[in-house]
Amino acid sequence: MKKYLAQIALFAALAISLGISLLSDYLDAYYLDIALNVGINIILAVSLNLVNGHTGQFSLGHAGFMAVGAYGSSIVTLEMGSAMTRIFGGSGVFADSLAFLFALLIGGGFAAMFGWLVGVPSLRLRGDYLAIVTLGFNEIIRVILQNTSGDGPFGGALGLRGILPHTNFFWVFCVAAVCIYVVASMVNSTYGRGFLAVRDDEVAAESMGINTVRYKVLAFVTGAFFAGLAGGLYAHLRTTISPEGFNFLKSFDIVVIVILGGMGSTTGVVVAAILLTVLNEFLRDFEQYRMIIFSLLLIIMMIVRPQGLIPSVEFLKRRKKA
Amino acid sequence: MSAELNLDKVTIQFGGLKAVSDLTFSIKSGELLGLIGPNGAGKTTIFNLITGVYQPTSGSITFNGISIPGHKPSQITRLGIARTFQNIRLFGSLNVFDNVRAAMMMHLQHGIAHALVRGPAFHVEEAAIEAEILDLLDIFKLAKRRDENSRSLNYGDQRRLEIVRALATKPKLLLLDEPAAGMNPTEKDELMELIHFIREKFDIAIMLVEHDMKVVMGICQRIVVVEYGIKIAEGTPEQVKQDPKVIAAYLGTE
Repeated sequence: MKKYLAQIALFAALAISLGISLLSDYLDAYYLDIALNVGINIILAVSLNLVNGHTGQFSLGHAGFMAVGAYGSSIVTLEMGSAMTRIFGGSGVFADSLAFLFALLIGGGFAAMFGWLVGVPSLRLRGDYLAIVTLGFNEIIRVILQNTSGDGPFGGALGLRGILPHTNFFWVFCVAAVCIYVVASMVNSTYGRGFLAVRDDEVAAESMGINTVRYKVLAFVTGAFFAGLAGGLYAHLRTTISPEGFNFLKSFDIVVIVILGGMGSTTGVVVAAILLTVLNEFLRDFEQYRMIIFSLLLIIMMIVRPQGLIPSVEFLKRRKKA
Repeated sequence: MSAELNLDKVTIQFGGLKAVSDLTFSIKSGELLGLIGPNGAGKTTIFNLITGVYQPTSGSITFNGISIPGHKPSQITRLGIARTFQNIRLFGSLNVFDNVRAAMMMHLQHGIAHALVRGPAFHVEEAAIEAEILDLLDIFKLAKRRDENSRSLNYGDQRRLEIVRALATKPKLLLLDEPAAGMNPTEKDELMELIHFIREKFDIAIMLVEHDMKVVMGICQRIVVVEYGIKIAEGTPEQVKQDPKVIAAYLGTE
């Protein structure tokens, strides 16, 4: 029984999010919106943590993958709506959900593909160089989207509007739970020790028979996939997206969450995602000072707790014998 | 278990510098070979050539008939050559158990999909690996420290853990890069016993680079001496000790 705690927790999380989702008509719309933002940020931060924290490859392009997922899934729901209705049979709740899931997966798949394309050549670089290349990728995606034709499927600088609000509590927290489960179970296995070995010492890892390139690419592609899903959820929550929303400041926001939560600590990152998203809401009146406050938080954090918020508690981690 | 490493006329050039030139020697299965030479003679370069970190400019390196150059270091480890490092390179954020566990990864029958499903087969395999690691740690007297961070171990234990980690890849040939560096005389004696013990217990060939003459002369069956990347002598410890070229290399000539 204890062995299967991870799966039980996953299904419990799915059931709870479905339950809350059914009640969402009775919840305050404002708080529900914050909760959905929290969920999306959890997905983004936990997936980025697999790359930056566990595998130690500093990527600054997460918003780029998010953009690919957002545009990919939105184009599916906008342009192929009628075809989808035919494929998934009618327009009931179930068929709609299937169609939305399909659109999300298309977005995530495209993001993963981009992750692979960017990752294979650039993961030969280390440290600052990788950060610069991923940052560059992020900007390239944004600039390309911005310069597409306004009448085309990408909508140019104005972006896309009129996306159907499919995103609800269930979808966001379903993806968040799956993301946490996937990252935690990947890392907490003999296979997954390879990610941490790559982070700690690439030369030693390679000479222990660990194919470091494969691990880095796997982390990068998985991270990109979930960033793509988060992008799809974001698009179908906001109903309008524009290239500006996926600039490098968005990437930076996610990196801040990861660093605050602790590189390589999934629990810490989840807590940080909740704290920072809520804090962001409280700071809405001081919008222009937000970056200053975040930067200060980062500096204080690095001095006081460089290991992150709660480094000792971890999903699926074996406890020390007392 | 056979292990035969052959180096034939191996040369590596860094720009105008020939770090190793026309080096030829071999290691038979189960042999304990020492590689010595003054500082900068190219000993670690030879290790890096064997483990695929560097590619030779010319010459051939074969292990059990398979050509080494062109393989990635991780592939060479999978062929059965494991190594330790001159400056200890443990996985600093991992505990003792996980350091060894990372090296067990290459023996996994199932890939990442099993780690995701976490079904019965996954738990069986993980339990088997855990038992195997605990056995290894037990043999090397590290079992009590399994949950300690590898950085918090004392120097001798860190060296031992590095050897355990290399053995976890189940090599046929173990390369030790200056295992006695920084050890006190008692630790050196223990190390010599340990190396003997490893060779008998695991039935593998061992090649070590070492500065400490007492250690090298005490345990090696055969010694290869290099200076400026050229082999100047080869033979039993007794032969090498009396070789005038070796004496000249270490003590200088009149």
